[in-house]
Amino acid sequence: MTGRLVRAVAPDTPEVRILIDGDEVTAYAGESVLVAVLAARNALRRHEFSDEMRAGFCLMGACQDCWVWLADQSRVRACTTMVVDGMDILTGPPQGFPT
Amino acid sequence: MKVAIVGAGPAGIAAADVLTGHGIAVSVIDEGRVAGGQIYRRARAGLKLDVDALLGAEAANYRSFHATFDRLRDRIDYRPETLVWGLEEKRAHTIHAGVADTVSFELLILATGATDRVLPIPGWTLPGVFTLGGAQVLLKEHGCLVGRRVAFCGSSPLLYLAAKQYRAMGAEIVAVLDTTPFAAKIGAAPDLLAAPQTFVRGLGYISELRRAGVSIHHGVTLVAFEGASGVEGIRFREPGGGERAIACDAVAYGFGLKAETQLADLAGIEFRYDATFRQWLPHADSEGRCASGVYVAGDGATIGGARAAALTGTLAACAVLDDAGIPISGVARSAMRRELARLRRFQRGLAHAFAWPADVIHNLDDRTMVCRCEGVTAGDLRTSISADFGPGEVNRLKAITRCGMGRCQGRFCGLAAAELTAHQLNAPLEAVGRLRGQAPVKPIPLAISLAGNAAAAARDETSAPA
Repeated sequence: MTGRLVRAVAPDTPEVRILIDGDEVTAYAGESVLVAVLAARNALRRHEFSDEMRAGFCLMGACQDCWVWLADQSRVRACTTMVVDGMDILTGPPQGFPT
Repeated sequence: MKVAIVGAGPAGIAAADVLTGHGIAVSVIDEGRVAGGQIYRRARAGLKLDVDALLGAEAANYRSFHATFDRLRDRIDYRPETLVWGLEEKRAHTIHAGVADTVSFELLILATGATDRVLPIPGWTLPGVFTLGGAQVLLKEHGCLVGRRVAFCGSSPLLYLAAKQYRAMGAEIVAVLDTTPFAAKIGAAPDLLAAPQTFVRGLGYISELRRAGVSIHHGVTLVAFEGASGVEGIRFREPGGGERAIACDAVAYGFGLKAETQLADLAGIEFRYDATFRQWLPHADSEGRCASGVYVAGDGATIGGARAAALTGTLAACAVLDDAGIPISGVARSAMRRELARLRRFQRGLAHAFAWPADVIHNLDDRTMVCRCEGVTAGDLRTSISADFGPGEVNRLKAITRCGMGRCQGRFCGLAAAELTAHQLNAPLEAVGRLRGQAPVKPIPLAISLAGNAAAAARDETSAPA
């Protein structure tokens, strides 16, 4: 799948491996979760109150439209959270989470 | 005396610099990973970003800002990646890395900056539509483009600067769609000439884009961002009335700036309606002095840009020193006040040259989502406003419809909700009020609050007399 964002400056920090909905994706140390996911995917998450997919909006920690789930049932704001090797990111709520 | 400064952009760091230079203990609380705010956002560690190529004439200011911060860093109590989510008497409630804490202060300087001012149009929630400032921040911090074929839409001098930056970094600029007619820019020229260098630089960006063959449209009406799973194009109307469509895979969208004022609200500062910016701003004297021990500076106080922010940060710090009876040395205040007056005039010119098209909100299709957090549409709002005993004030509208009650706390729908209410009631915008800030000003997980309480309880226990 082609990503939405383009890395215009060649990343030269170490590669990290993350999971997006179970699929392994390569990202780079120092990148935000938002960059890591949107460089590989079209969107970050499904909106809670509609069928819309969302990919963040303000990119500066204000709109809160980029919160994604992690497999451990925690949530992170993708634009201000740094990606960590092995991060298990979900674009929807974890299985069994009451919605 | 201990001063807490919230925000580490040009205003916060200028204030910290002056206070530290006069021997005052300063805590700087910054949501960013390193100082810079949005305008001087620093490239992430290890990213080989060519700052000169990207920032051009602004590169020198960027370097000078970061040199100042690097010099200050070990002399201040700097708290990066720390959110101030609440304020009470002489205490800021913070969260850093999942741990709650408090920062005590005697005096507080709020330098909370601004976000993009946006208005809802059909398709504005599609993946690929990002704020204009956000598109720039992504480039500065991560060296990333929001897409391959990017359109710059809205009305802001930054449309042209950002388009130039994106082009320099390899993006295809599909178009710049500016909703303000070119005649308005000519009309604003007398005020814009209050900052001649910036004015000429801005004209240079436009002609550079034109020479590069970028299609620039003035005075358009944005009809919709369109696409299935993400933005694929834009429909807009030319000034003559003809509708056109262009294809793109990303949009950078903005109409100037909106002050971040939630903490000013929690600090109990009085707000006044500003007709130039069509928004409510914390009321301060010309040096940034508000009520009882609170000062404001930068775009969070009055939209003015980076240079004005640095000047108001310096002046607010001087006000702190004045109020404490500490003699000030090494600050050319009268020259700064004169420069600030010129920049204020320039900013008024910008507000006319790049206007906020309130009529777009007035004419918004009922199905368009106004509150992107809670999924509240223009139709939902109109139904509520026109009901018997319907809300005539935006906080009541929020209570009834949930518009502005979501995670962003109305940062991105609040102005539109107010415009819509005022228009429907045929009332002036200032008559329908403003969404009040509430703690926590940004989402905090419950688990974090509990951890903080547990830590505080443990601390109380150990410090309790045996």
